[in-house]
Amino acid sequence: MKILVAISNVPDTTTKIQFTDNDTKFNSAGVTFVINPYDEWYALVRALELKESGLAEKVTIIHVGLADSEATIRKGLAIGADDAVRIDAEGPDSFFVAEQIANYAKTNNYDIVMAGKETINYNGSSVGAMVAGLLDLPFVSLATKLDISGNKATVEQEIDGGTQVVECELPFVLSAAKGMAEQRIPNMRGIMASRTKPLQVLPAIGNGGLTSIKSFQLNPGRTTCKMLTEDSIDELVSLLHTEAKVI
Amino acid sequence: MSVLVFVEINKGRVKKASLECVNYASKIAQLTNSTVVALVNNADATQLEEIGKAGANKILSVKNDKLNSDSIYVTAAIEQAAKTENSKVIVFAFDITGKAVAPRLSAKLKAGMVAGATDYPTLNGTNFEVKKNVFSGKASAIYSINTDVKIISLLPNSFPLTLSANAATVVDFNVDLSSVSSKITIKETKSNASDGMVPLTEAELVVSAGRGLKGPENWGIIEDLAKSLNATTACSRPVSDMHWRPHHEHVGQTGFAIRPNLYIAIGISGAIQHLAGVNGSKTIVVINNDKEAPFFKSADYGIVGDAFSIVPKLTEAIKKFKASQN
Ligand SMILES: Cc1cc2nc3c(=O)[nH]c(=O)nc-3n(C[C@H](O)[C@H](O)[C@H](O)COP(=O)(O)OP(=O)(O)OC[C@H]3O[C@@H](n4cnc5c(N)ncnc54)[C@H](O)[C@@H]3O)c2cc1C
Ligand SMILES: Nc1ncnc2c1ncn2[C@@H]1O[C@H](COP(=O)(O)O)[C@@H](O)[C@H]1O
Repeated sequence: MKILVAISNVPDTTTKIQFTDNDTKFNSAGVTFVINPYDEWYALVRALELKESGLAEKVTIIHVGLADSEATIRKGLAIGADDAVRIDAEGPDSFFVAEQIANYAKTNNYDIVMAGKETINYNGSSVGAMVAGLLDLPFVSLATKLDISGNKATVEQEIDGGTQVVECELPFVLSAAKGMAEQRIPNMRGIMASRTKPLQVLPAIGNGGLTSIKSFQLNPGRTTCKMLTEDSIDELVSLLHTEAKVI
Repeated sequence: MSVLVFVEINKGRVKKASLECVNYASKIAQLTNSTVVALVNNADATQLEEIGKAGANKILSVKNDKLNSDSIYVTAAIEQAAKTENSKVIVFAFDITGKAVAPRLSAKLKAGMVAGATDYPTLNGTNFEVKKNVFSGKASAIYSINTDVKIISLLPNSFPLTLSANAATVVDFNVDLSSVSSKITIKETKSNASDGMVPLTEAELVVSAGRGLKGPENWGIIEDLAKSLNATTACSRPVSDMHWRPHHEHVGQTGFAIRPNLYIAIGISGAIQHLAGVNGSKTIVVINNDKEAPFFKSADYGIVGDAFSIVPKLTEAIKKFKASQN
């Protein structure tokens, strides 16, 4: 059983967001990039746990991006993935990324393709379901638990207002949410080993994306906070009713 | 030509997010000189009427329990409806179902998609330009959808819902799912909701608390406040990590992203990863005993002081207000 984990390379959560080139590009100057938290903490770590318990033979990570994201890929290898693939192209949109992942997964016969529930930069929540659509495979979204037995997976997933447990035949695609696993910090041995683990670079396929970004803008933050005191709580309630109109 | 919108029934009601999508679709229909067709499964007469009031011209009424089991069936049903109705735009809610179905359909139809739109599209020739949040709400991007068929999923609670006297033509729609096979079997379903609370992702009013509450035994005052408002409870990440509260209450970068009308944050410092999940809320109230707490910079109303004394007072004030409204 082989697992493919899709990881994306995102600005650290504390990054101050800025744009350049007339607000058409994200300004990455001085920004620290990390593995998207959902991909790392939830998808990758669970895949590694399945390998450690003997249920999976191999965990490969795949990333669609340029050479400057290799430090992020090496971090995934340091945490414990066996090998990595980088599709050498900057994806214009989720569809382009999904096409690359689907193509690689198909030609290399993976049993489970794992994605994170969304990237924290483009917030698409799309790539996993698109990969499933392109491969005509089942898709289990927002997985919070994953177990394998024979050719079947038992997955717990978030649904509206609750959770549900489903059984799914392999191969399939899932997106990982909180609950799948706990964060792991790579140790020294992992970091040393990651330097010599295979990282294959492959060219992109397809015709590019279906959408394109025209421009960015920062969302206006809140500017003034009206301060009240413990003795003016009735006033707060009345402001919520008359001014904010939320109660 | 038509704008197709997928409408979902949940717990006996048309989802509010779906009705917002019908509103949204009717605006796109005006822009593109087309009509709104809604696809809904297992709707009764009242529900069909409500979908009409939200602006659907025609409703394709499906009765097929398979559509409640696997997104692969829903995708196939919408694909068939889009073909029959010559739909050039397909609208979903950016919710749990929409996130599973819309991208799958986008990949099948090679139809460009914007996930989580926050505004109406504008036309640029035959392309659509659509705004959505990026960087977890810190910024927006304008996407151009460059394909003939376009898919948009709408971020819930982006527009106020409007209902009119409009009535839709209802037709029965038979989906042919014979060529689709599901590999997924549902084994068990559990509900998070306690005492009929609205699920967090649909809640308009949310009362949330953090590590400032000191321990799970102190959550009574939070629950009382939530009850007085008919609000849903939420919490910060350390609170769910320490198992003071269930995981499904965790909001923020790594938990749920929510955008209620009112978010009351009690004893939460306002770390950037927490804000990423709540900064889309219309109104934010912060209660914190540290006047330097970063959350005040992202709030609309603030009270500096001890939660243990303020929260019960706020609950009383809300009850008094509610009583005066009756
Ligand atoms: C990659 C990453 C992802 C993360 N994702 C999330 C996420 O999704 N959600 C999330 O919440 N966090 C997330 N975090 C953690 C985040 O950085 C903060 O550590 C966390 O939000 C702090 O929780 P808190 O505000 O409850 O606790 P604290 O930061 O400890 O704040 C407690 C607050 O309570 C106040 N207080 C204390 N006593 C009282 C009292 N008696 N009355 C009133 N106020 C009082 C204090 O002044 C303080 O401001 C993430 C971190 C990382 C690195
Ligand atoms: N460039 C990328 N390379 C590899 N995987 C990606 C990439 N972008 C997104 N993904 C995967 O798809 C998931 C959802 O991304 P998105 O649809 O962009 O929110 C992420 O959590 C990753 O698992």
